[in-house]
Amino acid sequence: MQWEVVIGLETHAQLNTVSKIFSGASTAYGAAPNTQASAVDLALPGVLPVMNKAALEKAVKFGLAVGAEISRRSVFARKNYFYPDLPKGYQISQLDLPIVVGGSLSVQVGDTEKTVRLTRAHLEEDAGKSLHEDFHGMTGIDLNRAGTPLLEIVTEPDMRSAQEAVAYAKALHSLVRWIGICDGNMQEGSFRCDANVSVRPKGVEKLGTRCEIKNLNSFKFLEKAIEYEVRRQIEILEDGGRIVQETRLYDSDRDETRSMRSKEEANDYRYFPDPDLLPMAVSGAYIEQVRATLPELPPAKRERFQREYALPGYDAGVLTASRELAAYFEDVAQTLGGEAKLAANWIMGDLSASLNKDGKEIAASPISSRQLAGLLKRIQDGTLSGKIAKEVFAAMWAGEGDADRIIETRGLKQVSDSGAIEKIVDEIIAANPAQTAEYRSGKDKLFGFFVGQAMKASKGQANPQQLNDILKKKLQA
Amino acid sequence: MINATLKELAALLAGKKISSVELTQQFLSRIATHNPDLNAFITVDEEASLKQARAADEMIARGEAQPLTGIPLAQKDIFCAQGWRTTCGSQMLHDFIAPYDAHVIEQFKHAGAINLGKTNMDEFAMGSSNETSYYGKVKNPWDRQAVPGGSSGGSAAAVAARLAPAASGTDTGGSIRQPAALCGITGLKPTYGVVSRYGMIAFASSLDQGGPMAKSAEDCALLLNVMAGFDARDSTSLEREKEDYTRGLDQPLAGLKIGLPKEFFAAGLSADVAQAVEAAIAEYRKLGAETVEISLPNSHLAIPVYYVLAPAEASSNLSRFDGVRYGYRAPEYGDLLDMYSKTRAQGFGAEVKRRIMIGTYVLSAGYYDAYYLKAQKLRRLIAQDFTEAFKQCDLIMGPTAPTTAFNLGEKSDDPVSMYLSDIYTIAVNLAGLPGMSVPCGFGADGRPVGLHLVGNYFSEARMLNAAHQYQQATDWHSRKPRLPGEE
Amino acid sequence: MTLNLDDVKRIAHLARIAVDEQEAGGYLTQLSAIFGLVEQMQAVDTGGIEPMSHAQDLVLRLRDDAVTESDQHSLFQSVAPQVEAGLYLVPKVIE
Repeated sequence: MQWEVVIGLETHAQLNTVSKIFSGASTAYGAAPNTQASAVDLALPGVLPVMNKAALEKAVKFGLAVGAEISRRSVFARKNYFYPDLPKGYQISQLDLPIVVGGSLSVQVGDTEKTVRLTRAHLEEDAGKSLHEDFHGMTGIDLNRAGTPLLEIVTEPDMRSAQEAVAYAKALHSLVRWIGICDGNMQEGSFRCDANVSVRPKGVEKLGTRCEIKNLNSFKFLEKAIEYEVRRQIEILEDGGRIVQETRLYDSDRDETRSMRSKEEANDYRYFPDPDLLPMAVSGAYIEQVRATLPELPPAKRERFQREYALPGYDAGVLTASRELAAYFEDVAQTLGGEAKLAANWIMGDLSASLNKDGKEIAASPISSRQLAGLLKRIQDGTLSGKIAKEVFAAMWAGEGDADRIIETRGLKQVSDSGAIEKIVDEIIAANPAQTAEYRSGKDKLFGFFVGQAMKASKGQANPQQLNDILKKKLQA
Repeated sequence: MINATLKELAALLAGKKISSVELTQQFLSRIATHNPDLNAFITVDEEASLKQARAADEMIARGEAQPLTGIPLAQKDIFCAQGWRTTCGSQMLHDFIAPYDAHVIEQFKHAGAINLGKTNMDEFAMGSSNETSYYGKVKNPWDRQAVPGGSSGGSAAAVAARLAPAASGTDTGGSIRQPAALCGITGLKPTYGVVSRYGMIAFASSLDQGGPMAKSAEDCALLLNVMAGFDARDSTSLEREKEDYTRGLDQPLAGLKIGLPKEFFAAGLSADVAQAVEAAIAEYRKLGAETVEISLPNSHLAIPVYYVLAPAEASSNLSRFDGVRYGYRAPEYGDLLDMYSKTRAQGFGAEVKRRIMIGTYVLSAGYYDAYYLKAQKLRRLIAQDFTEAFKQCDLIMGPTAPTTAFNLGEKSDDPVSMYLSDIYTIAVNLAGLPGMSVPCGFGADGRPVGLHLVGNYFSEARMLNAAHQYQQATDWHSRKPRLPGEE
Repeated sequence: MTLNLDDVKRIAHLARIAVDEQEAGGYLTQLSAIFGLVEQMQAVDTGGIEPMSHAQDLVLRLRDDAVTESDQHSLFQSVAPQVEAGLYLVPKVIE
């Protein structure tokens, strides 16, 4: 039987506020246990939540960025369950009236563009952490993370493969960083995905029973967990079994998902509006105020790069993968004037490769946009050949300074003096009589040999076009 | 001295006739004498109180005295007070030393008042007789066979027995007004949001409100001046300009329109209470007020609605008592579930568990709409009744409780009949309105009767004015119980 | 609506309150009596009425995003049942 995979994602993005959503405790990562858990975060008797302005603003920003509806009135509700990392015995979340409703994200999957619809995005508080190292057979609870603002972004079941799910997650990850609402640090848990996975026979409309895989904190795990889960479900169904709706955990060491015992019992969360928090109102004027702070978004930027810089769609897509990368490109392109494609090639080529190799983000690039522009200018004006430029680039990467200084100290100026080139060519022809004879008798392939020899003799500095012309002329003579 | 009003005490302190230390000692020694019998206080910390008193005396000496500086006040044990054991009447918090001050405690501290001790209360404020306290029942100073009412029964008994000049209380369904009535003192529950709930251990968040309990309306006004005010730490605290609740006390009552809800004078009201309340209303007419019959047609729904909404909120509010970060943890347990279940089964008393169970049930899947949502809709109908009523009158009056204080043990095994003792007070909390109880006589059994005043939103000053004028014309509020060994 | 013993046990489990058979029976009697009182609500038609969650018809006030709390974990943990290395200890949590 042919199976169709159906995936929906729920992503928890920690909003990068300095203080918690309902208390004035710091959200900084990595502090000693419980040193950032205030009375409110610990749910001491009598304490009360007070909502953080910036958390609302960031949620609204997200909603506007995905073309969603911003609820003029949203309500915080209590989700009641007992867990040691949940100090109040309930999580303040949103149920019936979330802050963001609808919206969509367009995602590049290979060569095709796909639109993933969003159901909603709601504000809630993060829980603390359970540390399972051995404390005499007990678990240790650190509540520093408790109360960190989260935006839970829920999609419709629109994805049909692990690849699509990963492409969506990457696009979302890029967007939340692009608009500056989440640092996107997956290792620190700032961006975590839960995947709802089901399969159904191709052509059948009714959705299969789904399983929710929790806490996938890397794109690789997301992909592998879904792939495993799909295989698991198909195997069960093909063996005539039934899928049990449950929450599963991905074990990356074993590359498998397993049922979560702690979530086994059907939960009855007893949601109700939080009496400690009044309805949250958002005015039209406020929405416009937030909209005005939104940066140019990826689709608009992509389109503009194609139009303004005459870039191919592929290049525009790559260069708008992050706001920093796009800004870097624009800096270089504007300094160069005219040859934006040259800037694009170098950024997508040598620069990206070097960044990748060293595991660096564009923001931490040892070569600034101004410096790269300086290098490319020397290619533009014929001072450097492409080949020498690569050498200069490497030196710049190693921290030897600006292109001009490196060219100067290493004497890398391209030789464009035709007299000097002619002299080299004459010497090469004289030193290689046999090859010259062969070439002249029709063995055209040997031309490359002469170019190589001449370049070597010029230490690579000969202007390649000129060298070609002169060689051709002299060999034919 | 022990009968002096707050104003008189302030004058004595200002005139150096007595020091705060002496005054505090005097009340501490009355507590030492009478508390073993009355059990109005859970915690007394003489050293802590006297330290505050010494500081107050310095404030007075520096000429920095405010109206309550140097005056010892009893605090309901629902308010967290830094360094003080704060139990909320529960074994769950038996060893809980509060690491911070409630807003109300902080306000009293700033005013230079002395914390005289933490008063007994029904466990987590759930009760109408003070019999659900883990720390034992409180006796009514008027008749030690009788309950003092609840949940602020310790505060009411302490003020009535003159163990404290005044006290704080909290009121979720009548917990200030009903014990005030049963103990013959004056108590006021402000408009919801006037007094910050920060640091006041939550029972039902949308209904809870702190307020003063004292011997007179004037004293209540002085306390409310300190307790009321905006607090950014409570999202439901109202941003209003600071009011002086004493400013209108002396206004004459001519032209005051009093609404008498016919539902409050119907079956269920005992004859002696009715008689005392009617006499009080007659007194108001003498003072120039007019009366008009009004109707609160949905008031019979207040108790059912309350016993859905309050337990629902409570079931969630009390989930934090789980034996993890503070409070009681069962001495023996197996796994995590067992630790939770035993801790909560042992740490909470019967009434609290009952209400948690009700609340859990009405919020659970399949029952939410029929109970919780239905009750919220009816809550609006109940509130709208008052809106309509206040088109016809300035204040509403009636009995605070249907009977005088009942006997200890009389209703403790019958939750439903206990719940009915708050029949007149609960609707006021549901609507979020201010309410007051003022002593207005005694029943056939010699136990006090309270007159219930209900005002429109933010009409505390008007209510206090009406109560004060009544207290100028009558002396019910200055009657005091005779304690063993006293004249 | 009639409550049964299984309902009582289910609620007690949700609320994390240990009950034995005998206690469950007691709760059943008491809760049934209370629900008898509550049942009066069902007689009223509430069609078209907005539920009322708060006493005042107001909207939420928001606070500025600023760190106002300092580390007080030793004070807070002085009232904790069991702590070690700054962590609250609980019986093993199994995921």
